[in-house]
Amino acid sequence: MTTDLPPGDAPPSAGPGTAAAISVEGLRYSYPDGSVALRGVSLRLDPGERVALLGPNGAGKTTLALHLNGILAVQEGAVTAGGLEVTEANLAEIRRRVQLVFADADDQLFMPTAAQDVAFGPANLGLRGPDLEARVAASLEAVGAGHLAGRTPHHLSTGEKRRVALATALAMDPDVLVLDEPTAGLDPRGQRELIALLRTLSPTLLVITHDLGLALALCPRTVIIDDGTTCADGPTRVLLADDELLARHQLALPYGFDRTALSAEPVEPA
Amino acid sequence: MSGGHRPPVAGGVATGAGPIQRLPAEVKVAAAVAFVLVVAVTPRGALAVLAVQGVAIMGVVALARLPLGFVARRLAVVAPFLVAAALTAVVAGGPRIDVGPLSLSEPGLRAGVAVAAKTLIGALTSIAVAGTTPIPDLLAGLGRLGLPRPLVTLAGFTLRYLDLVADGLTRRRRAMTARGYRPRRLTQAGPLAASLGTMFVHTYERGERVHAAMLSRGFTGAMPEITVHPRPRAAQWATAALLPMVAAAALAVAWAGPGLA
Repeated sequence: MTTDLPPGDAPPSAGPGTAAAISVEGLRYSYPDGSVALRGVSLRLDPGERVALLGPNGAGKTTLALHLNGILAVQEGAVTAGGLEVTEANLAEIRRRVQLVFADADDQLFMPTAAQDVAFGPANLGLRGPDLEARVAASLEAVGAGHLAGRTPHHLSTGEKRRVALATALAMDPDVLVLDEPTAGLDPRGQRELIALLRTLSPTLLVITHDLGLALALCPRTVIIDDGTTCADGPTRVLLADDELLARHQLALPYGFDRTALSAEPVEPA
Repeated sequence: MSGGHRPPVAGGVATGAGPIQRLPAEVKVAAAVAFVLVVAVTPRGALAVLAVQGVAIMGVVALARLPLGFVARRLAVVAPFLVAAALTAVVAGGPRIDVGPLSLSEPGLRAGVAVAAKTLIGALTSIAVAGTTPIPDLLAGLGRLGLPRPLVTLAGFTLRYLDLVADGLTRRRRAMTARGYRPRRLTQAGPLAASLGTMFVHTYERGERVHAAMLSRGFTGAMPEITVHPRPRAAQWATAALLPMVAAAALAVAWAGPGLA
């Protein structure tokens, strides 16, 4: 792994003794049809880090994400969250700690109203009555969607759905949020608003994306995976300035991208 | 979702905050079921009773201030039943009466009018409930009336994803039309069937992704009890009970009095 790790800017890592927010070691996974999705992925996220996970289609990004809170069981290798191993016995606590926000908000929002959807997770944790209501209200407020509480998800716009989907995950009070393509399908303004919103969140973030602008704006560190292995891990500005690296993994900066943004500090969204 | 601004398949609720809108869903559903039962057992000959019941439900629809067009479009569903009822008057036997150029069977006419009246009353009742109750409330209300939770959940999922499925169907049809597919004969139905097949697979895959999203938030196989609604007040039950009570009273008066066929 980390074959393309540029010299100099090593990724931040906490000293020994601090439990990693997420630790993945030598993770391998093949689907039931025999196709190999992960061939030994290793990754460590320290508490509070915001990391972008880049890679071409079919690289194994989503498969990796599905391991982080035990939706897919580990076949080979190890995954831990906050020092707790992702195993059948720990699933309830793991799913409290690590929350996934899926690429298609229509998969995430399945209850009749936004509020009930946000309540679904904490209710599974055992919250009831006023505690549950307070949690729901706070989560919707945190994403600026308090006014959507009573709405049915299929009547919401893409941006609104995305916010409510985020609230459903925040309602679990997670330590780690894994976002799969959070800006897909959003118009430019919706993307800006979402990035500004994500910057306000406290959990450790792992952002799966093709949107290199999003990676640069939100995540100081980037990990590239391709063909089921970790290929690069380093500061986002450095990796995105490496055209050869990007080209090798079918990644490219958008047309008209202002390259000076790569030498400056991360772009602050308006 | 894409698909433009087509009105949703489910959830056609007329907005407004009338007295009917404010009643809890379970109260409305219970009153509607009781009312329809009374209408159903009203004898076919008791046209006066049916008239009272019809006026009663029209009063409810008026109280709910449902727009006329909203009601009329939904009433169109029962048109085939009305045609069948009208045919009864033409084809039934027995003594005949002349209405304009037509010679109609008198018992057939009575039966047809009764069937038409009951059909319309039943349809108006469901429109009055569905048109004044948001679907999430309706589902929650059915749950509080004792409908098993798995059934309520299933109904909720169906309504939630009905729009997406209908949307997918529209997009596929459009894509096929755009490439010149204009089926005229049964032998050309192949592509349509294939598209339904892929749609089934996509729906199944979505089901798996939704399940993953549920697992991710701690789902272990049983839907958690989420909303705790205040119990309906006695006054609300009493208000809603007025409708079936009026219907039953009209029937009782007719039974007690002479002249009921």
